Amino acid sequence: MQRFRLILLTSLVVALGVFNACSGSKGNAVKLQGAGASFPAPLYLKWFKTYSGAHSNVQVDYQSVGSGSGVKSFMDRTVDFAASDAAMKPEDMAKVDGGVQLLPMTAGAIVLAYNLPDVAGLRLSREDYVGIFLGKITKWNDPAIVKANPGAKLPDAPINVIVRADGSGTSFVFSKHLSAISPEFNSKVGANTQPNWPVGTKSKGNEGVTASLVTTPGSIGYVEYGYAHSQNLHMATLENKSGNYVAANTDSSKAALASAQLPPDMIVWVSDPDGKDAYPIVTFTWMILYKKYDSKDKLDALKGLVTYGLTDGQKEAEPLGYVPLPDNIVAADKAALEAL
Amino acid sequence: MASLPDTSRLRGPEEVKAWNADQIWQPPSKAQRWVDVLFRRLCVGFAALTVVLIVLLVVEIGAKAIPAFREYGLRFLYSQTWDPNRHVYGILPEIWGTLYTSLLALFFGTLFGVAAAIFLSEGYMSEGIFKILKMFHVQFHPFWGKLPDRMELLLKNLIELLAAVPSVVYGLWGLFVVIPLIRPACNWLHSQFGWFPLFSTDLSGPGILPAVFVLSIMILPTITAISRDALISVPPKLRTAAYGLGATRWETILGVLLPTASRGIFGGIVLAFGRALGETMALAMLVGNANRLTVSLFSPANTLAALLANTFPEASAREIPVLMYAALVLLAITLVVNMFGALVLERAAAKAEAR
Repeated sequence: MQRFRLILLTSLVVALGVFNACSGSKGNAVKLQGAGASFPAPLYLKWFKTYSGAHSNVQVDYQSVGSGSGVKSFMDRTVDFAASDAAMKPEDMAKVDGGVQLLPMTAGAIVLAYNLPDVAGLRLSREDYVGIFLGKITKWNDPAIVKANPGAKLPDAPINVIVRADGSGTSFVFSKHLSAISPEFNSKVGANTQPNWPVGTKSKGNEGVTASLVTTPGSIGYVEYGYAHSQNLHMATLENKSGNYVAANTDSSKAALASAQLPPDMIVWVSDPDGKDAYPIVTFTWMILYKKYDSKDKLDALKGLVTYGLTDGQKEAEPLGYVPLPDNIVAADKAALEAL
Repeated sequence: MASLPDTSRLRGPEEVKAWNADQIWQPPSKAQRWVDVLFRRLCVGFAALTVVLIVLLVVEIGAKAIPAFREYGLRFLYSQTWDPNRHVYGILPEIWGTLYTSLLALFFGTLFGVAAAIFLSEGYMSEGIFKILKMFHVQFHPFWGKLPDRMELLLKNLIELLAAVPSVVYGLWGLFVVIPLIRPACNWLHSQFGWFPLFSTDLSGPGILPAVFVLSIMILPTITAISRDALISVPPKLRTAAYGLGATRWETILGVLLPTASRGIFGGIVLAFGRALGETMALAMLVGNANRLTVSLFSPANTLAALLANTFPEASAREIPVLMYAALVLLAITLVVNMFGALVLERAAAKAEAR
């Protein structure tokens, strides 16, 4: 009994000490709740971990539940910030009291990955990939694909198109791009988080599509660059606006983003970038913040967190398959952050 | 009070009146009576709570589905497009896919499940093992002699263990093992018998057949466990009588045992059907989620549960009532199936009594 008491007392003292250290050293303990897109989640989680490590009073909790759910929780005020690939609809933004601030945080490329072991560096013209996703081109040795790939051993096999089953920002960006380059796609399908694809088997999530691509011969599907890269999938080289065939990598994505001009609401789509080295399907992804917060501690912590992401955090982007932001956008973000 | 011993034969009534604390028995105290009443009320309360919960669930879903019901009406049930862009919604392919995959899975699950139950309840395995033991002359050995029964128990537990595997594991297994395994055979069938409606497309990846395959394994333990219990509880005298009349083993099983146990077996099948209808995760991974109305076994399709699981997280405010409507339809299908099952069970019971 004596010993037990001693242990109890010691632990109490230690706990008090730790508590004091926590709360006393740097302001009050702040807990930030976030929810949203799964596309940038690996990068965000890395940032938040590093930031919490350096600032012991700030604890960040991020749920990668999808852009739509993130925005929904944000509107219900159950989170302190949200993240979305599909930005936020103006009518939704109008519903939030006090206003909303969107900040582009990072960017990424969406690639067309395919499973044809004998064909490396498949080239697809604009008509080709629109045709494939409209269900008009159904064979790998279709004359339209052969024309773009002289000399490649294209099999006489059906093209198994794989698309996303769940609503997603990735689908939104990809269908927006297809709508931008093809009036036919725009009228038949259109841009949506869950487009009514005329062809294809559907899988859930970037990881589901990746798994289907790995296991299905003769398949093609759209995934975020990082997923295709980590699974060593072949990625198609796509024709861009100026008619060049460009592979997805950091440089070609940066070239695509360079053309972006930020409007005041910070929502910009690079649906069909100019520039001869620009990879055609790239997108920003946003963090969504309230313009007003009840507690100053929370706002300060959030500002610190975002600033970290915009500065040192950008260096983490490239190894994880994301594209660092151009300088003009980082500057615009910082200005908007100060105004909160 | 039934548990109290009948004391009148042990002691005279005058002795009973003068009871004291040393006696073994005593009338229930006030506290005991209260606990008794309290317990009974608690049970009634919990039972009522489950009913209230179900009613609340239906009311909640129904209320949220009203806007969609007003907008799409019954057309929702027989139109085929699901296009959030144009706000055109129809779930005929999903209803069809749900019923088609569940019925097919039920067919295979019943076939193998009941066969396994017969194998386990009729002692086929212990017989085989006994024969082997006999070869080594250890059939009555204190350790080896118990082997047949133990092996049977082990097998039974193994099958029941199938029910404990999480459905996402089944989904992954289907995706990475089953599909590559059956693809060559399916594509051969398609190339040779493509004119036959069941084989009219080729199997590229996820599709109906892999989904049915995995689903039937998932419902197998339910059918096997319940059928085995039903078969075991068939009175031994029936079996003996059938053999005595000169029936072969085959005739005994088909003509006497299965009909007698049919009520229990059918109960298992209805339960399994309910599970097949509602199974979500494995199907969402394996069925292909394509909005297609098809009879081809190799084509991708969609089910209601998979549609709900895939669409809900990113659904817009306009889409949610539509999804609630779809959920209501799934609920209705399950209810109809269960009621139908109960009805058939009752019929079967009445028939068995009449015999």
